[in-house]
Amino acid sequence: MAQEESTRSSVFADVEEVSSSDEINKWARTARLWRETLKEHWSLLTDELSVRLSMLMVAFFVLVAIFAPFLAPNPPLERQYQTEDQILIEKWAEPSIVGGDSGYLLGTTAEGFDIFSQLIFGTRAALLVGIIAAVFTAGIGTMVGLVAGYYGGTVDDALMRLVDFLYGMPLLPTVIILVALLGPSLWNIILAVIILQWRATARVIRSQALSLRERPFVKAAQVAGASDWHIISRHLAPNVLPMSFLYGSFAIAWAILTEAGVSFIGLGDPNTVSWGTMLQASRAYSALSFGAWWWFVPPGICIGLLVISGFLIGRGYEEITNPKLQ
Amino acid sequence: MSHTTHDDALLQVRNLEKHFKVDAGWIASILQSVSGDDPDYVHAVDGVSFDLRRGETLGLAGESGCGKTTTGMSLVKLHEPTGGDIHYNGQSLNDATDAELKEFRQNAQMIFQDPFESLNPRMTVYDTVAEPLRIHNITNETARVQRALEFAELLPAEQYFDQYPHELSGGQRQRVAIARALVLDPDFIVADEPVSMLDVSLRAGVLSLLERMTDEFGLSVVYISHDLSLLRHMCDRLAIMYMGKIVEKGPTDQIIENPQHPYTQALINAVPVPEPNVGRERVELAGEVGDVIDIPSGCRFKSRCPDYIGDVCDQVVPPLEEKAHVEGEQAVACHLYESVDGTDPAEAFRQGQSVSASGDGPESTPADD
Ligand SMILES: Nc1ncnc2c1ncn2[C@@H]1O[C@H](COP(=O)(O)OP(=O)(O)OP(=O)(O)O)[C@@H](O)[C@H]1O
Ligand code: SF4
Ligand SMILES: [Mg+2]
Repeated sequence: MAQEESTRSSVFADVEEVSSSDEINKWARTARLWRETLKEHWSLLTDELSVRLSMLMVAFFVLVAIFAPFLAPNPPLERQYQTEDQILIEKWAEPSIVGGDSGYLLGTTAEGFDIFSQLIFGTRAALLVGIIAAVFTAGIGTMVGLVAGYYGGTVDDALMRLVDFLYGMPLLPTVIILVALLGPSLWNIILAVIILQWRATARVIRSQALSLRERPFVKAAQVAGASDWHIISRHLAPNVLPMSFLYGSFAIAWAILTEAGVSFIGLGDPNTVSWGTMLQASRAYSALSFGAWWWFVPPGICIGLLVISGFLIGRGYEEITNPKLQ
Repeated sequence: MSHTTHDDALLQVRNLEKHFKVDAGWIASILQSVSGDDPDYVHAVDGVSFDLRRGETLGLAGESGCGKTTTGMSLVKLHEPTGGDIHYNGQSLNDATDAELKEFRQNAQMIFQDPFESLNPRMTVYDTVAEPLRIHNITNETARVQRALEFAELLPAEQYFDQYPHELSGGQRQRVAIARALVLDPDFIVADEPVSMLDVSLRAGVLSLLERMTDEFGLSVVYISHDLSLLRHMCDRLAIMYMGKIVEKGPTDQIIENPQHPYTQALINAVPVPEPNVGRERVELAGEVGDVIDIPSGCRFKSRCPDYIGDVCDQVVPPLEEKAHVEGEQAVACHLYESVDGTDPAEAFRQGQSVSASGDGPESTPADD
């Protein structure tokens, strides 16, 4: 050790040098600890019926999104012409599910698109928007919050002024303006949602980091000589992670709602089918006044189910993040 | 000033100051910078000097808020001092290189008051104790962790490896904290009220562990507590703090049996005396601790001092010095006593006033810094 010249004896005087099984042990241990932690979280999470049902629901939508090309009987943006004379006849076809003999499970739109196929492909857009936006929202928000909270001072002031500035802007109207400026595409919607959504995560994580950095276990790591990055990644991040997950799962729901909202007012991606663009089209063709309920009710139900599932899982996670339950 | 520097001083603390800016929020600080007002500072530690010798246990005592924790944290570089310096093995920490600081970090550890807070709730015992080893790239991790846990009497050690803090009792947690502090084989440890949050029944075990550290392995320990009877039991020397300054320091027995400073006397009288034949009148500590932002002039204890002797106390900061009538290395910061070189502070003050200049060195100039 450093004080070779000092005469005092060491607690570790007779610890023999490196045993080779050290490394192997460590990896096995780490893997086991992760498994146990995940299992514990999982069982806590799935303890509640509403969360279990929500997870089944999300899993169902995920499967649908993955296998969309196999499940959908028709391409979502292909007009259903009658074969012989190429005349568009399947307009407003009633759904066969309630006895219409059109052969289309949920009927067709005024433009002659197969609603069931659109619904299935719309799942892809919804999950894409929801998951990508949520990952980046939670990721950026967590990083910014940790850095601001841990370093404090000028860094914190600068980042939090930015967050305050973003908080001055209402979500949906600003996303609409951004998408109008950037051009209507699914990616621009996702980008706009991310730009506006990380603020909430950042603010919550920052306040957690602020209090965490004063906790003695962080002080103890500093005394041991830990670098800033070590403390942020090993001590702060694991302790705020449940909160990031929580905000992430809420962000899924918000992103899907926002996408639907933006698409509904006509700024959706014209080349992609989403539940929002379906609603928009149904409104454009006044489906409501024509009584073509099969056009707008299914996407509405799907949005509702997915969003509610997201919120319920978030709620369930909130209970895990409550340290009193641990 | 009387710093008898021992050859075997591991740490030499010289005039250490730590002032905290009073955080008034950014609007107030902008207003302040516009109006040109000075920001307020909490004088948590305000010019503290002492040595920590190899193998000794030094007690830091004093009422709540007198700056004990801040001093302890400065010793392990958790605070950057706003003034003064600390020398480690004769090397100034203020101008230490990164490599020297890293070596210092390896040799300075701290045990915190609250064992429920000082362990990361999401880290296992093994990872907690191994962390300092990983930071300093020290090999033979498992064997060392095991040995540290064994020393802390967590047996069998392997059984604790995968436990999380919430599965442990307060006493076990504090032992894990001790194992972590020990695992780097440090030169000294700052123990900040290590047993005050523990069940009375668990204290003795943890205390005997701390004693073994010093007795068997010659570690130096700074023991922070306001429990004088505990410090008497644990420490070789004591330093009594009041409002960020040391008012009296010296060998433990001497201070407990023959306290000189009126504040030390009040403190000792306020604790139950274990021996019934040492008859003492009990004095409650009356009055409020002074303002740590607007430091009063002269002696900081003056508003509560039963022996207040007038203007000299009011205007001259009493230097911490050895006094003529006390033997040994006891130092007192009080105007009641003649200093070891024979100057009577009160007398000197009276003379100084008539000549209108008192030149007793930096410590005894009126303090409105
Ligand atoms: N980080 C900080 N920022 C501002 N003020 C602080 C900070 N840490 C401590 N202080 C102030 O410094 C003074 C000394 O605090 P310190 O914690 O060192 O006292 P203490 O002697 O350890 O008290 P206790 O016995 O209650 O633990 C107090 O007035 C406290 O409010
Ligand atoms: S200097 Fe004066 S006020 Fe201060 S402790 Fe001594 S007698 Fe009391
Ligand atoms: Mg304290």
